[in-house]
Amino acid sequence: MSAEQIAFKAPEIMIDRATHYCPGCHHGIAHRLVGEVLTEMGLVDDTLCVGSIGCSVFIYNYLNVDAVEAPHGRAPAVATGLKRSRKDKFVFTYQGDGDLASIGMAEIVHAANRGERISVVFVNNTVYGMTGGQMAPTTLIGQKTTTCPAGRCLDREGAPIRMSEIIGGLGGTAYCERASLDSVKNIRRAKKAIRKAFEVQQQGIGFGFVELLSGCPTNWRMDAVAANKRITEEMIPYFPLGVYKDVTAEGGCACTEHGTDSKEDK
Amino acid sequence: MARVEFRDERCKGCLLCTTVCPKEIICQSARFNKQGYKVAEVKEDDMDKCTGCASCALICPDLAITVYREKKEGK
Amino acid sequence: MSDNKRIFIKGNEAIARGALAAGLTCYFGYPITPQNDIPEFLSAELPAVGGEFVQAESEVASANMLLGAAAGGARAMTTSSSPGISLMQEAISYMAGSDLPAVIVNISRGGPGLGDIGSSQGDYFQSTRGGGHGDYRTMVLAPGTCQEGYDMMIQAFDMAFKYRNPVLVLGDAIVGQMKEPVTPWVPESISNYGVEDWCLSGAVGREKRLLKSLFLEEGALAGQNIHLQEKYTAMQAEARADVYACDDAELVVVAYGSIGRIVKSSVRKLRSEGHKVGLVRPLTLYPFPATVLEDLAKAGKRFLTIEHNCGQMVEDVRLSIRKYADSDFHGHMPGELPGSDDFVQPILARLGR
Repeated sequence: MSAEQIAFKAPEIMIDRATHYCPGCHHGIAHRLVGEVLTEMGLVDDTLCVGSIGCSVFIYNYLNVDAVEAPHGRAPAVATGLKRSRKDKFVFTYQGDGDLASIGMAEIVHAANRGERISVVFVNNTVYGMTGGQMAPTTLIGQKTTTCPAGRCLDREGAPIRMSEIIGGLGGTAYCERASLDSVKNIRRAKKAIRKAFEVQQQGIGFGFVELLSGCPTNWRMDAVAANKRITEEMIPYFPLGVYKDVTAEGGCACTEHGTDSKEDK
Repeated sequence: MARVEFRDERCKGCLLCTTVCPKEIICQSARFNKQGYKVAEVKEDDMDKCTGCASCALICPDLAITVYREKKEGK
Repeated sequence: MSDNKRIFIKGNEAIARGALAAGLTCYFGYPITPQNDIPEFLSAELPAVGGEFVQAESEVASANMLLGAAAGGARAMTTSSSPGISLMQEAISYMAGSDLPAVIVNISRGGPGLGDIGSSQGDYFQSTRGGGHGDYRTMVLAPGTCQEGYDMMIQAFDMAFKYRNPVLVLGDAIVGQMKEPVTPWVPESISNYGVEDWCLSGAVGREKRLLKSLFLEEGALAGQNIHLQEKYTAMQAEARADVYACDDAELVVVAYGSIGRIVKSSVRKLRSEGHKVGLVRPLTLYPFPATVLEDLAKAGKRFLTIEHNCGQMVEDVRLSIRKYADSDFHGHMPGELPGSDDFVQPILARLGR
């Protein structure tokens, strides 16, 4: 009998402990993909993680890297300061949709627009998870939450915000992609997207952003399998997957194409 | 020969792995772990059908699955 | 700029130059009057010495950038004025809760609300009581002259790193906008007090580090609060005051910052006329120089607190002397620029009693 080899196991960067996440929550997948990409890029020792507020505040309990906790929504500002003080390190934020697309809208937009050499992992599950399932800026029309019990109403609450479309339209963004964690194929694609969003920072060409459509079975009041189906059938049609900006494909730099000096020159 | 190994104490019984197995050999067991989750498993008789594709491990949010594959000759 | 020749500059510029002398490497700010000279000066001068200057999208963002740079171990600061400082309280609370060193300058203006852009000491409570949520304190230094503005920046950075705590420099529109001769100087050595032992620098050959203010485990937050309180107790040793002509004084006037300096002129004038009046000018507002005042109270002095507000520091004065004396209060309303003549009559009125 020939020897066996491991085809899949948890990357070493992941701290070996059970997560506090609910069954079927996609944060675990997203954490692992980040860990795998950091490992494959050889960045584990050089990574500074900026956590945010929400269920994923405890990311630092699962990834074995230096980390700082940012106030709600402010991770891109904290990451800006951290990167400016440690230019040789890899700095990323990990934020949910309530954190990034509501209270932190100013910080994310301006960090992207400045072309900060940071990378942002944006987990969009259309709900405030940690606080008990309230309406988020990304909550779909008709989706019932604890603060829109009759379903989100376009007339009263407006339409769900599409962040990748916004970030992709900003001058300093070097890479912006929306991916999904609902299927094996999409998970593989998501990993490539994370890698691209990380690479543009390492190449010094601008701001990297990756949105991950994710499930929150607990606050969606359904089981994990149904939650994944909801992503496929309801979220993806409203939040189309794809690359919203890629300056590497355009052969340019996020900043120089807009007539400002590359920060690498300093 | 390939096989998968479930860490019972990490499994939260979400069953996402059961939806992606091309051989449909992953199912919910009758066992509960210490957290009270009914864990996923591959029945011993079905294990030889495992191709080692690792789809289950890729979709598992809890790093509960390790996948082993036979080492190919000449590598 | 460090050739020790006197230069004639605004207080705001003195503060900016003092920060550079203190080894500033990262600045984050947002425009607001009357402190704009500071970011304007640093936007050119800081990059010239290899530092980072960022004009943030808001004071909320600049204070959080400060948090990030502090986590990276940088000598970083932000500056603003009253309404902007209100917006920064979130990050200041987080920095205090996470033991992060940072310098925040408040060139304060009149309030509440939008107030005006003139001088005021209305932010005393906000500055000395923490300002944001939770049980924390920031050290507060109060310059009364342009030279003190320069000097106190060097002190502020030193204190921030010594205690791993935010330090506030509380000036006002008078200190920021007036011009005076300033003698620049550079400290012989700058200590980071072992910043490399705790800052985020990448977990190379060591355990990962975590800087946070969230403590959910049973007893953990209590432990953090006890640690912070011990730090604030240790900080009490840094309390400073300028004590002027108090030895034989019957009445001790207590005033800080620009007002302390203007009151000093009033006291000098009254002294020249034979009145037995002295001045205590706190240089640190937190820690408050309570012992200085208590000793004077023990010696039988009477007290008058003068502020450019409706009565804030007077509470700390009364707390300091409560076993032996009380303090009267004279408030000069924000919105009216005071002169030294404004304080002569109020002091005479108390002296005559």
